[in-house]
Amino acid sequence: MTTTDPYAGERLKRTAFYPRAKVLNIREAWAAWNGYKFAEYYYEAEYEYFCVRNTCATYDICPMQKYEIQGRDAEAMLNRMVTRDVTKIAVNRVAYCVWCTDDGRMIDDGTIFRLSGDKFMLTCGSPCAAWLEKSAFGYDEVSIRDVTDDIAALSLQGPTSCATLKKMGLDGIEKAKPFDILHFPFHGDTLMVSRTGFTGDLGYELWIQRDLALEMWDELYAAGEDHGIQPFGEAATNMARLEAAFIMPAMEFNEALRTVNFEHDQTPFELNLGWLVDFKKPHFSGRSALLKEKQRGPKYTLTKLDIEGNKPAEGSYIYRNKRCTKEIGYVTSAMWSPAVKANIALAMIKTEHLKGELWAEIYYEKELRQYNRVVKCTVKNKPFWTPARARETPPPDF
Amino acid sequence: MSNYDAIIIGAGHNGLTNAAYLAKAGLNVVVLEKNDYIGGAAVSRELHEGWTYSNCSYVCSMMRQAIHRDLDLGRHGLILVPYLGTINFGDGDQRLFAYHDEEAAHLELKRHSLHDADAMHRLQTDLTRYSKLIRKTLMRTPPDPTSFRPRDIRELLFLAKQFWSLGEKEIYEYVRFFTMSAAEYLDDYFENDLIKAAMASPGIIGTALGVYSPGSSYILLHHVMGDVDGSIGAWGLARGGMGAISNAIAGAVAEHGGEIRTNAGVQQVLVENRKAVGVVLENGDEIRSRIVVSNLDAKRTFTKIVDRKDLPDGIYERAKNFKIRGSSGKVNIALSGMPKFTSVPDNRYVNRGGQTFSGSLETMERAYDCWKHGRWSDDPFIESVIPSAWDPTVAPVGKHWMSNFVQYCPPKLADGPWTPEKRDAFGESVINKIERYSPGFRDLIVHMEVRTPHEIEQEIGLTEGNIFQGELTIDQLFFNRPFPGYGQYRMPVKNMYMCGSSTHPGGGVSSVCGANAAREILIDLRRTNTVPEDDFYDE
Repeated sequence: MTTTDPYAGERLKRTAFYPRAKVLNIREAWAAWNGYKFAEYYYEAEYEYFCVRNTCATYDICPMQKYEIQGRDAEAMLNRMVTRDVTKIAVNRVAYCVWCTDDGRMIDDGTIFRLSGDKFMLTCGSPCAAWLEKSAFGYDEVSIRDVTDDIAALSLQGPTSCATLKKMGLDGIEKAKPFDILHFPFHGDTLMVSRTGFTGDLGYELWIQRDLALEMWDELYAAGEDHGIQPFGEAATNMARLEAAFIMPAMEFNEALRTVNFEHDQTPFELNLGWLVDFKKPHFSGRSALLKEKQRGPKYTLTKLDIEGNKPAEGSYIYRNKRCTKEIGYVTSAMWSPAVKANIALAMIKTEHLKGELWAEIYYEKELRQYNRVVKCTVKNKPFWTPARARETPPPDF
Repeated sequence: MSNYDAIIIGAGHNGLTNAAYLAKAGLNVVVLEKNDYIGGAAVSRELHEGWTYSNCSYVCSMMRQAIHRDLDLGRHGLILVPYLGTINFGDGDQRLFAYHDEEAAHLELKRHSLHDADAMHRLQTDLTRYSKLIRKTLMRTPPDPTSFRPRDIRELLFLAKQFWSLGEKEIYEYVRFFTMSAAEYLDDYFENDLIKAAMASPGIIGTALGVYSPGSSYILLHHVMGDVDGSIGAWGLARGGMGAISNAIAGAVAEHGGEIRTNAGVQQVLVENRKAVGVVLENGDEIRSRIVVSNLDAKRTFTKIVDRKDLPDGIYERAKNFKIRGSSGKVNIALSGMPKFTSVPDNRYVNRGGQTFSGSLETMERAYDCWKHGRWSDDPFIESVIPSAWDPTVAPVGKHWMSNFVQYCPPKLADGPWTPEKRDAFGESVINKIERYSPGFRDLIVHMEVRTPHEIEQEIGLTEGNIFQGELTIDQLFFNRPFPGYGQYRMPVKNMYMCGSSTHPGGGVSSVCGANAAREILIDLRRTNTVPEDDFYDE
């Protein structure tokens, strides 16, 4: 007798690395991302975070959306869609990009991999098949294929990541500069490695066809054993990316196509991503609105804050006076940073008030009772965590 | 040439912290270090190619994050990484795993005793309550209870307020706690001897007391009141070894324009008209300054480098009798691979943490008996950690080093002075003990550094090799540290100060003594204070 799972439709999909991840996910701390079962953490978020900063650790990015965009018009189509100049991305290079509505509101961010003259891979946090199809309207020679389930992807981040890949036998990996792509033969197929990541540290992302995912995991973990390899989940990722001042959907920005309330979405200028908007290239979605915004200046500016004390300013309002009567912004992400030893936050602040005093009203709990304090904030111009090794080529071994 | 505002004697982490804050205030400072390396007991040295030992102190929890943050030590290369879990080796096959994870820790305790698993919550609650009070005093200068100066009265009132906020019952408990032995204190909570032994071990570390000696419960508290990123009681490793802490602080000294001289041992503090005016180096050079700050322990300072005739009556005797008995040794071992321990699962969260060879309370007390008789312990208590399991920078890939802190080891042996042969025999006793729990351990040894109290005193100048620069017993704490009447960093000679662990709040790599002393100096010199207030997680 065969029984069918009555909950089959509700269960989450498993990523290619699930057989290994489930053994290591001692706390059974699973979350979901794009329909996949996905680790929040494996044993302890803070420990995993420290592996990213001290040794190396892997993050399963299979649930990230991946699209193969191919054809003679692929470059022109992508160039019409995103704000960066795609023609400047060389073969085997990766570029961080954003794309916007005609009103210049940000739909999503992601990375474009140029695999050849007319072949690209676009990765992003949320599904965007419909927008891609819409963007391809009028371009005859371009095919778009969702390859999310075909490719297994694993991010390896941390100071010993290069040493681990060298040990794994990836000769020449140390020559990869940030945003370079290299290809290595692997069990009759190709292992693609990009020097990219979401932690602000030295790191790589490994891309392999799904059937070889576990072989790749095992070889990587064997090589990494003496380099302190460890899986990390969403919680540690969120800590690391905040130290690097990278933005997160549903934290720093609300995807434009999912925004109900007027201007509750953001523009790249508001998110401090003006450098990604290239007005010298041909027309692209949102160009005229963004040009206006550039001239006028953004209403809000995403700001890096160093905050007094040690209570994370999660959900805090920002005021321009200590009495907290003039509200000028809100915190989007906040944490105590163990590596930087500072109370850090990203906050959306009305641009006109950036030069003045900034105060955060912080609420925190102590044994079920709420306390609050008002503390001073200092604007930081650079990301909180910027180790030299993240930029060095060849990178150090630890 | 009287071009320095301040001379700081000794480039240990407190001396460097003191110098950093004085330099930050605009003073012209020089730190004088007798060795050709800096760091004192917070030091990393490569004695065997490829291996970097934390030669003395080996883990960190007391370092105040307010100082870490204020001096921007992260930018100067410091990162503290908390470590997970400890294996407590009992007698025979008994093991108690102290998991970092609360749920796992509770389940493990339940495997040993249902009663004790619950009692652990009570113990931790009580210790946290006691810690909170002490933590509030760390970065404050102890008030002089005999003084009527507004600041002392204000500080006394602050203390009284903190004390009263405990509640009436807890005040009795608190006073009781301070005078008890660790073993007796734990009797109030636990029934299982392995658990008691594991929990009592912090009560003897660095101290010439046994688990049954009155006062050891405070030492226990001293070891659990630190924190890593607000997690009270957690311990961390400095990436690159403990020397990374000193090096980062030295970076801050340099950033603020301070100077550090190595190979510059101080022979004598120059005193004229009862005022310190500079120092004479061992090489005969004279350096003058407005003030002199000693980071040496109180005994060494006032019996070795200050002339007895320059001191007020009674101070020399106080210093001579300052309780600074050495009780511990340190054995650093380079290993060709990771040691495997019997009856321990292949579990990364346990195997990469610490190891405590405590045995039972009885074993620990017997180990203390040996010390009393002027012998090293036959069956020593050892607290170990394998930093290379966490830190990729301190050993070649795939190889490791193990830090072993050993009690007890006397500064003077009953059968005559320490010799290299006796030192090696002491090292052997440590290997033998570890080998009992890790067969084949001996074969992994590549290099060893064995340090008895004798070596520790000779190399880094801690009298009798006492790691706290003076015992942490209640007669030598707070406003009585180092001596009654001198609890505020100002010393019996005018213009002379102390900034080491002989002062409040005592031993540990905390930077607090150095910072507190700097604050007092800046008040005296009428400079703007540069020392931050503490930054409490627990408030």
